[in-house]
Amino acid sequence: MPLFHDEDQAMLADSASGFMAEEGNISKQLRHWRDRNCKDGFGHALWKQMAEMGFTGMLVSEDDGGLGMGHVEAGIVLEEIGRNLTPSPFLTSSVLAATALGHASSDLKGRYLPGLIEGESVFAVAIDETAKHRPSRISTRAERSGNGFKLSGSKSFVIQGASSDMIVVAARTSGSDEDEDGITLFAVPKDAGGMTQDPVRLVDSSMASHIKFDGVELDGDAVIGEVDGGREVLNAMLAAGRVGAAAEGVGVASGAMDMTVDYLKQRKQFGKLIGEFQALQHRAAHLYSEVEIARAATIKAQQLLDEGAPSADLMTSVAKSKVAKACGLAVKEGVQMHGGIGMTDEYDIGLYMKRDRALAEFLGDAYFHANRVAQLSGY
Amino acid sequence: MSDLEKFRAETREWLEANCPEEMRQPVREDDDVYWGGRNATFKNDAQKAWFEAARDKGYTVPSWPKEYGGAGLSAAEAKILRQEMAAIGARPPLSSFGIWMLGPALLKFGTEGQKQRFLNEIARGEIRWCQGYSEPGSGSDLVSMQTYGEDKGDHWVVNGQKIWTSYADKADWIFCLVRTNKEDKYKGITFMLFDMAGEGVSTKPILLISGNSPFCETFMDNVEVPKSYGEDCPGYVGEINRGWDVAKYLLGHEREMISGMGGGDRLTAIGTAMTRHAAKNGDEIDPILRSEMALFDVDALAFTAMAEKFMDEMKAGKGHPAQPNMMKYVGTEINKRRHELMMSAGGSRSLEWESEETRGGKAPRDWLRTKANSIEGGTSEVMLNVISKRILELPGG
Repeated sequence: MPLFHDEDQAMLADSASGFMAEEGNISKQLRHWRDRNCKDGFGHALWKQMAEMGFTGMLVSEDDGGLGMGHVEAGIVLEEIGRNLTPSPFLTSSVLAATALGHASSDLKGRYLPGLIEGESVFAVAIDETAKHRPSRISTRAERSGNGFKLSGSKSFVIQGASSDMIVVAARTSGSDEDEDGITLFAVPKDAGGMTQDPVRLVDSSMASHIKFDGVELDGDAVIGEVDGGREVLNAMLAAGRVGAAAEGVGVASGAMDMTVDYLKQRKQFGKLIGEFQALQHRAAHLYSEVEIARAATIKAQQLLDEGAPSADLMTSVAKSKVAKACGLAVKEGVQMHGGIGMTDEYDIGLYMKRDRALAEFLGDAYFHANRVAQLSGY
Repeated sequence: MSDLEKFRAETREWLEANCPEEMRQPVREDDDVYWGGRNATFKNDAQKAWFEAARDKGYTVPSWPKEYGGAGLSAAEAKILRQEMAAIGARPPLSSFGIWMLGPALLKFGTEGQKQRFLNEIARGEIRWCQGYSEPGSGSDLVSMQTYGEDKGDHWVVNGQKIWTSYADKADWIFCLVRTNKEDKYKGITFMLFDMAGEGVSTKPILLISGNSPFCETFMDNVEVPKSYGEDCPGYVGEINRGWDVAKYLLGHEREMISGMGGGDRLTAIGTAMTRHAAKNGDEIDPILRSEMALFDVDALAFTAMAEKFMDEMKAGKGHPAQPNMMKYVGTEINKRRHELMMSAGGSRSLEWESEETRGGKAPRDWLRTKANSIEGGTSEVMLNVISKRILELPGG
């Protein structure tokens, strides 16, 4: 398969780009909800519109009522989300949670997927337990209790946790904290007794919860996949989420770069457009190269993941790490090249810097994934 | 079985029968590959057998038309041949600047007579060509070149000096940029072809920091270059005074080639091999070096995806026409970084310049050689200029 979009994908990109620029743009969404101090940090009306566009259930199989599309297609939507800094539940609900629910019982699917496809429901995922992403270590425990389980422990960085109807929680049902096996995934409903959320606003104006589980009682049918066999589902979920986050990062990087290159063509100092200065031209050209490479790594990872290729795992970490670096460069150069106004809240470039920081951290930063590349390569 | 599957099976069978085992080893030295030319000698019988078999099959230049010494393969067939050769590690049967540079220029700009003569000579390895572009005063600013050809009716008399002419001391003929009109910078250059055995041409190898001399200075002292070598076979490519168009086309080609050198295994990850190599010598990779290698591997593997995307887009006629400049810039910078890390991982062993264990100091010589990657064929700085002007459309002259 060539490493560019086919005709159908190009059409999807056109419609996603038009829709997100019109409905998901910064003033209509990110600033709108931020300036109202919205407790969700995103708009439910837009989520509904995204359902009407067919986005919310694109990764859900056709048998389960979705569109059965792949990570290339989800990435197309995510890139536009990134470019417009559109706050939405898409990455966590339609990519991460949807991937987990793909492995769930028909009962759980029936309970949750229609709401997702309709844009009525929002889901979150609770994986991290410390401030750095480290899914190899899971301490939150679920003990057998009657026909079900009792969940105890804590999670953090649960994006949109307090707005969610259901949270996919990775917990340990056997073994010790660092064990590969013994993980089980649970679909925990928002009103589960014993679950307390402490929602906090993050630097990019999104909301994330610290969650405490204090003997939360769950039915046996809340289990996604197999008891003790959740690692495989968790890995599938992480791969989908990481490739998705990379695609969103490509969008953030492209948005920041385009804005900056435009500014270089407008701003005059010393009687010249600042884009005439070679010191800035070379930095812009270097940035362009880095963003192009990050985009190539991302589409390669998406295609490999869609093919189910064994090398998808390595390329996913390559893409996540490369995008984090390239996008970080884009926003830093963006603010610097905008000069003083780049530091003002009125200009959007600073919003790109904030989003990049949160997105880079989500599901493992550039260093986590570079280390993972080394480990997967055997050193 | 589809035609292409049939072609693959036949190709595999042909390679099995015709590519000797010795020719399926990695290329270590320049002369491991046959370069052809009047004075060429074969390093061994296997090299001779492999070259002759490929030549007779048209596989020294597989995608050139049959009448010019090629095999007339389609793009899909040529890709299959490349894949099958890569699968057994087959060395190229013939390498030359004629194949990489002059051939493509003649295919695009040459007359039928020129193609018949020169392409066949290149395909059969009979004439070895070199490229006369840069001059001592004209490096990045190539178009300022001064080597001058005075018009004498049926020939020019050429005087001047070229520099960085690769393997000029081993070449038979040169394709050379010569100024034929001093009034017009761009429309005053002619792309001439002439025999270096003629009167007035001399070469002098330049010793590089790597200790090798792949480049020469080439001097032209009243060299007579005929305007015609016979019917429909001019002594220049394209039109008189329009040689810059040919040169620009070839520079684009050269940038693709240099950036594409990483298309194979040269730009893939290094961490695994370096760590294994260190362990074999009883060394341990410092954790900070490991981190650097991991970050490098991310960049190298991401660039591999970029190279694949770039080729796919080129084949489909997509992608920005100035994109080869970006590929050249990044590909060469990555290669330099790769060799820096390999030197660090190798420790004092990688300082050895002459020992047998290090195959004559291959590591430090290769490391030093990579420093030219971002200079030759357009410096990184020139590449960044082109990207900013042509792709980002930033203002200014």
